Amino acid sequence: MANTQAMTTSFMGELMTATHNFGTAPVRATGATDSFKGALYLTTATVNASTTAYSATNEVSGTNYTAGGVAVTFGTPPTATNSSATAGVAFVTPSASITYTNVTLTTAFDAVLIYNSTQSDKAVSVHTFGSQTVTAGTFTLTMPSNTTTTALIRLATT
Amino acid sequence: MALVNTTKGEMDEALLEKREGSLDNDNESTTWVEYWLDGELVHRSVHVALKKNVSSVAEAASFN
Repeated sequence: MANTQAMTTSFMGELMTATHNFGTAPVRATGATDSFKGALYLTTATVNASTTAYSATNEVSGTNYTAGGVAVTFGTPPTATNSSATAGVAFVTPSASITYTNVTLTTAFDAVLIYNSTQSDKAVSVHTFGSQTVTAGTFTLTMPSNTTTTALIRLATT
Repeated sequence: MALVNTTKGEMDEALLEKREGSLDNDNESTTWVEYWLDGELVHRSVHVALKKNVSSVAEAASFN
């Protein structure tokens, strides 16, 4: 037997469910799963890794689009999987497509911000795609498979 | 008769010119469909399949 320096994979999975707190804990009304939303941003916006929370600045606007975007459903809890004594991955993916129905968005957009609408709209991730517009139509974002390598959001050790 | 939602209300698809396109790269696989009426875009829907995830590498530091 030998000991191996590593960040535990269970820890990474538990980060995704707010088990550990090294600082000041956020006030949580319940232990229930938080609610998340997806907002679309114009090509002129600058949402990126430094984005801390949802903002309406440079968000798309148009017919049938509500500021703040639409609900993002995480129906499957995060999974944490070890691949070796030193490596593992914790991952989670929305369980349904993100769909904006019957919208008209005439100014080009190319990003979606997923954020936690339960916890003060704090930002989770930004996903970009080719510049698009929509006219009296539907914009659908289909999620990748929820696996160790393809899940939409991953924390990994190597 | 297939109906299409347009900027002018629901219209018979047969009355419209349909244009389709796609984009496929490492980041996404995207398709779109447009309907045109007399040179005017009256419907455009887009379907983006995300391929690339956001990933963060975590590390436990050693004492040295």
